[in-house]
Amino acid sequence: MTDAPLIVTGRFGQSDAHTLAGYQSTGGYEVLQRALTTMTPEQVSAEVKTSELLGRGGAGFPTGTKWGFCPPGVFPRYLVINGDESEPGTYKDRMLMELDPHQLIEGTMLTAYAVGVAQAFIYVRGEMALAQERLATALNEAYEAGFIGRNVCGTDFSTDITLTWGAGAYIVGEETALIESLEGNRGMPRLKPPYFPAAKGLYMQPTVVNNVETIANLPWIVANGGAAFKAIGAPTSTGMRMFAVSGHVNRPGVYEVPNGTTTFRDLFEKSEYCGGILGGRAVKAFIPGGASAPWFYPEHLDLPLDKPTVDKAGSMLGSGAIVVMDETTDVVKATWRVVRFFARESCGKCTPCREGTNWLEKILKRIIDGHGRPGDLDLLMDLSDNISPGIAWPPRQTTICPLGPSAVSPIASAISHFRDEFEHYIVHGTPGVPEASRG
Amino acid sequence: MADQNGDLSITVDGRPVPAKPGEFVIAAADRAGIYIPHFCWHPRMSSVGMCRQCLVEVDGPRGPSLVVSCMTTVADGQVVHTESPTVKKAQEGVLEFLLANHPLDCPVCDKGGECPLQDQAFSHGPGESRFVEEKRHYAKPIPVSSLVLLDRERCILCDRCTRFAEEVAGDPLIQFTHRGSELQVLTFPDEPFSSYFSGNTVQICPVGALTATPYRFKARPWDLDESESTCTTCAVGCRMAVQSSRNQLVRYQGVDADGVNWGWLCDKGRFGFEAVNSPDRISAPLVRQGDELIETTWSAALTAAAGAIKEALADRGSDSVAVLGGARGTNEDAYAWAKLAKAVIGTDHVDAQLADGLDPSVLFGLPRATIDETCASKTIVLFGPDLKEELPVLYLRIRDAAERRQTRLVEISPTATGLTRHTYASLRYRPGEQGALISALLAEGPVPGLDDATVAPVRAQLRSGGSITVVVGRASLADRSEPLNVAVGALARLDGVRFLPVARRGNVHGALDMGMAPGLLPGRRSLTDAGDALRERWASVPTEAGLDATGILRAAADGAVACLVLLGSDPLADFPDRDLARRALVGAGTVVAVDTHHNASNAHADVILAAAAYGEKAGTTTNVEGRVSRVSQKVTARGLARADWIIAAELAVRLGADLGLESLDAIRDEIVAVAPSHSGITAAALDAQPDGVVASGPAALAFVAPEAPADPPKVDAYALRLVVSRVLYDAGVALSKAPDLAPLAPGTRLHLNGIDHDRLGITPGATVRVSSARTNIMLAAERDDSVPRGSAWIAFNQPDAAIAELIDLSSAVTDVRVETL
Repeated sequence: MTDAPLIVTGRFGQSDAHTLAGYQSTGGYEVLQRALTTMTPEQVSAEVKTSELLGRGGAGFPTGTKWGFCPPGVFPRYLVINGDESEPGTYKDRMLMELDPHQLIEGTMLTAYAVGVAQAFIYVRGEMALAQERLATALNEAYEAGFIGRNVCGTDFSTDITLTWGAGAYIVGEETALIESLEGNRGMPRLKPPYFPAAKGLYMQPTVVNNVETIANLPWIVANGGAAFKAIGAPTSTGMRMFAVSGHVNRPGVYEVPNGTTTFRDLFEKSEYCGGILGGRAVKAFIPGGASAPWFYPEHLDLPLDKPTVDKAGSMLGSGAIVVMDETTDVVKATWRVVRFFARESCGKCTPCREGTNWLEKILKRIIDGHGRPGDLDLLMDLSDNISPGIAWPPRQTTICPLGPSAVSPIASAISHFRDEFEHYIVHGTPGVPEASRG
Repeated sequence: MADQNGDLSITVDGRPVPAKPGEFVIAAADRAGIYIPHFCWHPRMSSVGMCRQCLVEVDGPRGPSLVVSCMTTVADGQVVHTESPTVKKAQEGVLEFLLANHPLDCPVCDKGGECPLQDQAFSHGPGESRFVEEKRHYAKPIPVSSLVLLDRERCILCDRCTRFAEEVAGDPLIQFTHRGSELQVLTFPDEPFSSYFSGNTVQICPVGALTATPYRFKARPWDLDESESTCTTCAVGCRMAVQSSRNQLVRYQGVDADGVNWGWLCDKGRFGFEAVNSPDRISAPLVRQGDELIETTWSAALTAAAGAIKEALADRGSDSVAVLGGARGTNEDAYAWAKLAKAVIGTDHVDAQLADGLDPSVLFGLPRATIDETCASKTIVLFGPDLKEELPVLYLRIRDAAERRQTRLVEISPTATGLTRHTYASLRYRPGEQGALISALLAEGPVPGLDDATVAPVRAQLRSGGSITVVVGRASLADRSEPLNVAVGALARLDGVRFLPVARRGNVHGALDMGMAPGLLPGRRSLTDAGDALRERWASVPTEAGLDATGILRAAADGAVACLVLLGSDPLADFPDRDLARRALVGAGTVVAVDTHHNASNAHADVILAAAAYGEKAGTTTNVEGRVSRVSQKVTARGLARADWIIAAELAVRLGADLGLESLDAIRDEIVAVAPSHSGITAAALDAQPDGVVASGPAALAFVAPEAPADPPKVDAYALRLVVSRVLYDAGVALSKAPDLAPLAPGTRLHLNGIDHDRLGITPGATVRVSSARTNIMLAAERDDSVPRGSAWIAFNQPDAAIAELIDLSSAVTDVRVETL
C-alpha cells in the first residue's frame, strides 16, 4: 500500500459503512456540523478552491471555479449530483453510492451550504438498483437525524435532497440532457448557448452539476483543508482519484490512487492494484479514460495518471474507466463493441450521430461477419470525418453534443494502429489475431 | 458597422449582407438570396439545430469553425463561408447520412418533384450513396389522424411537425418516441393527432413522411397548375395557392402572408376543395315542376326568376322582394347583387348575415385594428366567439402573440375557449348579462358576481395605458345582440381602444362593405349618404332602411314576402331559429336560390340558379380586418354554373335594366369609384400587393351606444342559460360535402358544469331531455367545466341534431331545463 490516505474509499472495507451508525462510527457528519457552525459558505468554497479538486465526471474542470460561475445574487440555485454513470467500464460512482452513501450526502450538504442552493438532486442511473436503495435508505436516515431538510444540525441552514433515477439512457450523463430528464422531458442535450448550467440550468436557474466522486471528496477536504488535499498527488492533478479497471488484468476493480503520480503501469501491475496482465501476456492497447477516449498503446504505459500529461499525449482520463486489451484481443471486434455502444445510446436528435454512428456500427459488423469490402476502411474514416471533422483530438463535431465523435475515437485509434487486422478480416473474412479474445 | 437603424452587416461568401440584431445567420443569408441548405429550420418556428444540414464556417479568433447557421446569431462584421471545402464536405456528409436510411420510393411519393430532400440531394449532396446496408423498416404508412398519414421510413426527424404541433398549434399530440436509430414520430396511444391545423404539418414536412388523405396519389407536382388566391372558408382570409390538375382542384397550400396567416391554414380551409368537387353540386339551373326540380336552360331559369320578381313588384311592390345571403361570394358578386336589389328591384330587405353577426355600425362605425395591430396591442380584450372554432388562423396569431408575451389577453366570454389557457384573466358571463357585466367592470365599484381579487387585475390591465384592441363578435347564437352592443358601447369609451370585429362568414365583411345589409350602401355608407358617384350609376337608392335577416324571415312567415332570394344561404341549417326559418320558407311566395350545392333550404326553391363555387371564379374578398385581396379562378365552373355577379347582371337585363357591369374589371372600377372604403384599391394596387390592401372607411356610419344596460333576464332556479356556438366542423356544405372532413363533426352533446351535472343527477354519458320554451330534444350530457355553473353549452349545426329548434329569437335569451329520463 502507498502512504497516501484513502480519501473516498476508506470505508469500503467496513461492512456497515452504508448505514448511518456505521458512517458515524468513523466520524461521519462531524465535518458537516463543524462547517455549519464554525465556517461561512465562502470559507467552505475557499477550501475547495484551494484543493484544486478537478471534476471526476470526465471533463476534469476545477470544481471551485465551476461553483464560481453561478451569477451572483441569482436565486434559487440548484445542485445536481450526476450519478448517471453509464460509460462502458465505469463503475466507481456506483461503488461510492452503494458502499458509502452517507459520504456522498455529507458532501452534497457541504456543497449546498457553500453554493447556497435551495434544493439538491441526486440523479442515479436507472439500472443501479442497489445504489438507489442504499441512497434512499441513507437519505431517510439522514433526514431523521437532522442532517438534511429544515434547520440542518440545528442551524438556520435548510436544504432538501431529492433522489431521482434515470430510465436507461447514457446520454443523460451529459449534464444538459440530465437536466432535461430531471425536468421530466426526453433526455436530449440542450442546445447551446446557454453554454453552462451554472448560468441557466435546471428550470433555467443557476445550477451546479457535479459528479458523485467529486462531491464524495468534500467531507475530507473540508475536514483536512484544501491544502492537505493539494499536497497529495501531482500539482496538476491533486488528491486521490478512483479508477475503474476492467479487461485483461488479474484483478479488475476500482482503485483509489494518488492522482497524477501513479503510472498506468503501476496501476496494471502493482500487487495492491490490478496485479499484472492476465496470463502474463503483453498489453496490446488500453483505453485510458472511458470508451470515448482515444486508445493508448504499450508506449504510453509509463505515463502518469495526470490530466495534462494524458491530454497532451492525445487522449483523456475522462471518467476514469480504463479498459486493458492484451495481445490476444481481436481489435476489430473490440472496436465494434465500443461503436455499437455509442450507436445504441445515440439519442437520435441530430443527423450525423443518429445516422453516422449506426452506419459505422453496421460496417464494422459486416466486416466481422466476413462481408468486408476493399473500400471499407476509407469509408469508415471518411464517415468518421463527417461526424468529427479532421478526426482531431480534442474532437471537433458536426453534431450537437460529443456523443457522435465519441464513436469516432475508437475507430480512428484502431485503424491507425491495427490496420492490418482490419484488412485481414476484409481479405480473409476471419480474425487477424491467433486467438480471439473473450470479448 | 451597425447603422442608425441598429442593423448590422455581415459578410457571406465575400458579399456584404445586411442583418438584423438577434437574427440567425441563415435568415440574413436567406433574405439576401444566399441559399443555405436546411431541413429543420423554418422561419416561422424556433430553431432547433437538429438536421445539421445548414453547417457553415464562421471566422473566429482561432480560425474558422463549423457552426449551424440556424442557431448562430449574427454579429456585426461576422465573416461566414457557405461554400468552403470544409463546409461542402460537412454538408455533403450530412446529406449522405440523411439519405442513408431514406427509402428511394420517390416515384410513388407525393413529395417527389417538390421535395426539399430530393432538391437538396441534387444541389448540395454528394451525388451517390455509399450505404450498402439494409435500410430501416417500418410499417408504411400509419394514420396519425383521419387526415394525415405518417411514413416513418421517409421521415428525417427534423422536428418540424412536432414543433409545429406544440409551438404553433398548441396541440402537442405528436412527439418523438424511442431513440437513436429508432427515433420516430408517433402519437400517444389511442390519441390521434386531432388538431384543426394538422394539414400544415404535411405542407412543412421536408420529405414525403406526412401525406394528407385528400391529396394522396391525386397528382404529381409537375402536373399541378397553381394560382395564388385567398381562402374564403372563414373571414380570416388566409392567402393560399390553389392547385389543380386536369381542371380539378386537388390541393390548397398556405402562402406566407406577413399580415395574415404566416403560411398556415386550418384543415377546414385546406381541404375545402373536396366540397367544390362534390358530386352533390348544382351543375345546371333548375325550375320547379310540381314536386320536382327539373334541369333547364339558363334562359328558362332566368326568365322564371325574373318573372317571379316582376310579378312581386307589380302585385305588391318592391317591399315584397328580399335577398338573404351574399357572404359566400366575392366583393364583385356582392356589389352586383347589392346594385340589383337596391338600384334595380328597389328593395332594401337585403342581409348577408343570418342573425349570427354584428350590427353594421359595430363593424364599420368604430376605430378598427388590423390583425398585426391587434397582436401588437398591450392588451387584447377577447369579447366574442371561440376564435379557435370560428376563425382558426386568427386564433394562431393571437395565441402566438400571447405566447411570446407581446400582449395580455383579457377574455370575457360565456364559456372557456381555446385561448382561455393563454389569457391573463378570463371572466364568464351568462348570456344577456354581458352588457351589465362590462359596464360595471369599466365603472367603479363592485361587479355583480365577481370578487375584488378577480376584478382588480383586470381593471388595472385595462387602465394601464398602452394600446387596447377589443376582438368583438357573437359568442352565442341563442340570444340577441342588444346586450353585446351595450357592452361595446362601454368598451368604446376606453382610451385609445380599437376593435377587430369578428364576423365569421367567408366574405361577410366584403358583402356588408358592398351594401348587402339593410340601410347600407357600398363603401360603408348609409342610405342618406349615397354620394354623387353612386347616384350617377344607380338608377335609384332605397329611401327607408329595410329588414334584417330575422325581419325578412318574419315577414316571409307572415306572407309579406312574395319573392325570397336565397343568395347562397341556407337558413334551415344556418339560422339560429329553425322554426322561424321553416315558416318563412313555407310562407314566402316564390323562392329563388342561387347556390352551389343542394341543401335543405333550396329544396324549397321554385328556381335554382347554379352558382360557380370557390376556385371557379375570380374577384376579390375582404377579411376581418378589412383587407381586400384577390380570389383566383383556377378551374372552369361545374357544368353550367355561373358566377353570382353574372347571374345578377342577367337578371337585371330580364328586369329591363342594365347593371352596366360587363366584366370583373368593370365592377372593380365601379367599386373604386362609388365606395370610399375601396378608394385606391384598384386592380393594379392588388397586383402590386398580393397580400392585400386594407380597406378603411369613412366614419360616416357612427356607432351609437345604446342608452342604458337593459335588465338582464333572470334565469329561474330550475333552468340553465343556453350558450350555442359554432365549432369548426359542422354540417355546413364546406364540411358535409367533403368526404374526408364530414366525419370530423363532433356531434351534439349537452355540456354542463360538473356541479350542475351532478346536481341534476345525470349518469355520465346518459341521454337527457333538454327543453326550451319552444320544444325539447334528447341529447347526451357531458360534464365540462369550461362551461360555468348555471349555463349549458351546445354546438350549433351538427349533423345529428337540430339545435336551432330550441331557439326562439323573439326571446332575448334561451333558457333550458334538463331532465334525466
